[in-house]
Amino acid sequence: MPIRQKIFALIAAIALCIFIVEMVRRKKLREEYSWLWLLTSFGVIVLAVWYDLLVFITEIIGATLPTTTLFVFALLFLLLIALHYSVKISSLTDQVRKLAQKIAILQSELDEQKEKSRNHESTK
Amino acid sequence: MKKAIIIIPAYNEEKNIADVINGIKNVIPDADILVINDGGEDQTEEIVRELGAHVISLPYNMGYGAALQTGFKFALKKGYEYAVQIDADGQHDPEDIPKLLDEVFNNRADVIIGSRFLGKGNYRASFIRKIGMLFFARLTSLIIGKKITDPTSGYQGINKHGLQFYAGDYYPVDFPDADVIIMLDRAGLKIKEIPVTMYPGVQGKSMHSGLKPVYYIFKMFLSIFVVLLRKAEI
Repeated sequence: MPIRQKIFALIAAIALCIFIVEMVRRKKLREEYSWLWLLTSFGVIVLAVWYDLLVFITEIIGATLPTTTLFVFALLFLLLIALHYSVKISSLTDQVRKLAQKIAILQSELDEQKEKSRNHESTK
Repeated sequence: MKKAIIIIPAYNEEKNIADVINGIKNVIPDADILVINDGGEDQTEEIVRELGAHVISLPYNMGYGAALQTGFKFALKKGYEYAVQIDADGQHDPEDIPKLLDEVFNNRADVIIGSRFLGKGNYRASFIRKIGMLFFARLTSLIIGKKITDPTSGYQGINKHGLQFYAGDYYPVDFPDADVIIMLDRAGLKIKEIPVTMYPGVQGKSMHSGLKPVYYIFKMFLSIFVVLLRKAEI
């Protein structure tokens, strides 16, 4: 691997790492989501430093170029993240539905109570 | 008289809702009527209040199924043991409510479906829709081993067991359909169909009209398939 590529990959990965940790520190990103991203940047660092590993993986998956391996895994990773978000969104939607239903029911009961007490006052 | 509640999900139905509520009052003068205003922007809520029926307004448009489910949850919370769900667009003839209630009062089943195809045939739909409905009706009948003619019917009588099931997590937010009937059967609840009178939506669009047929067929196949994959005891 040319030294420029190596340096670029390392800088990008380390920057990503720092960025993620900072986001978690500032409570902008929840810990439960951060590990996936940290894992990625860690993977990039390992592959940049240990080029033979990349060549080895390339051979295992039957690709010709190490770059292909990188692209394949990058795509797979993005796919998994997207799927993870779909699952999360589904459960969030469900939670929002339950909340909205509960609020609507409570609101209607509250209105009814107010109505009752108002009628009570006026008959006094 | 046993305690029953009439649940009407409504989305922008200011033109029809008064007729539906008055129609119900003509049949059952002291009926407990609940309208779920599904995030609509028109006068539905005010009209319902004026007519003295109970109204729950959802904070945003949640869909037909989610609106209905809110009604079921409310019914259970208030201790109702029986409910009838009826559409707000005037499709369903309130005259049939006592028939539906009679069936659940006498425990003939947990969920009574008012079928437009068992009764006198004054319901009209497009040819393709009829084919689709017939196909899924047959498929449902085949799976649960009992003849069902109208799984899409939004006109139902429900007892406490049915309400509890409908208030659960498996009830769909969009349009309860054949998949729900199959779920009910697998959960061990009893289903029965009786003939009711149904008209094509009187004014405005019916709740089902926005559904794209291709998506509908895909969704039905998928949800029936996953229902069959789930364990029977939901």
